[in-house]
Amino acid sequence: MHEWSLAEAIISAVFSIAEKENLREVKEVHLRLGELQQIEVDILKFALLEMKTGKLSNAKFIIRTVRAKFKCRACNHAWTFREMRIPGDIRESIHFIPEVAHAYIKCPECGSPDFDVIHGRGLWITSVKGVK
Amino acid sequence: MYDPRISIIEKRLKKIGKVIAISSGKGGVGKSLFASVLALALTKKGFRTGLFDIDFTSPTTHVVLGAANLSPRESKGLIPPKIHGLKYMSLVFYIGNRAIPLRGADLSNVLVETLATTLWGNLDFLVIDMPPGMSDLLLDVIKYVSKTQFLIVTTPSKMAFETVRRLLNLLRDLRVPILGVIENMKMDDSNYIEREVKSLGEKFLGEIHFDSGLEKALGDIKSLLKTSFMNEIEESILAKNPEITS
Repeated sequence: MHEWSLAEAIISAVFSIAEKENLREVKEVHLRLGELQQIEVDILKFALLEMKTGKLSNAKFIIRTVRAKFKCRACNHAWTFREMRIPGDIRESIHFIPEVAHAYIKCPECGSPDFDVIHGRGLWITSVKGVK
Repeated sequence: MYDPRISIIEKRLKKIGKVIAISSGKGGVGKSLFASVLALALTKKGFRTGLFDIDFTSPTTHVVLGAANLSPRESKGLIPPKIHGLKYMSLVFYIGNRAIPLRGADLSNVLVETLATTLWGNLDFLVIDMPPGMSDLLLDVIKYVSKTQFLIVTTPSKMAFETVRRLLNLLRDLRVPILGVIENMKMDDSNYIEREVKSLGEKFLGEIHFDSGLEKALGDIKSLLKTSFMNEIEESILAKNPEITS
């Protein structure tokens, strides 16, 4: 699953952060997950638990999901991903590469494909807490 | 805030021997054709080769390869499908023939996402088909794919070389390895490009003559392998510049 490759990236990044911050044990990792990424949170959490080792062994992963919101650059209309009816196969393409949304989604007001994802894209580590 | 994708890119590319980015700065010089046929030529020589089309808004290497009904397999990441013996990755798998208007930050995100999640495995060569221009994707390839060497394509046109010269200067400023310059679509015996390349202190890798039969061979690998374009890549470029494959 795609979630596993992202989990691997998170684990690798947390190790780097812990190293830089001289943490001998990581207690909490806070993640912000954009809705547009279409990640199965349970699979991501499972993958993180399976992969954590060493100074991450006791770490908790706290995931906050942020709803995806778009804003049209042509008419300034704002709308959410949730209010759109998007077929499963297109959702899957967006899941793999979220920017693919620009090939399928248009502004519901003016029809322009020129829009920004103002919230809800990407996966971010917002903080890493641990013991020095 | 930290983007975790960045930290895994190096690991994803670890088992790749050499990364060659086919670039020009200028559009319409034959980068995608050259990248695709170079990848096929390397595969033919027995090298494990991948082709990564990062001209995200205008991918065309699938047209050269005749790649249809392919998609990556998902298994703890994206496993690129194989076509004609080479591993192949393109955004076309996800957008088909739809237009995908992307601004600079979006282009960067597509590159980082695909670099972080594509499982290339063991390769001798990864050939990257670059988009024209000197903006986000060029800078991001240099930033995130540290082992990249650039192979520059130009046509005999002074207009094309005007941009190529700028690209060469930029790559030199950024201390990026440059394999050399290829003159594509050669139609006369002018040595203008060769002289200019050498005067810049870069290697002129050779010329490929305009091949009027090439268009008909697109998408048909058997025909493509018999073109003079393929022959010149093998005989005039790879055979005479062993450093490309060493």
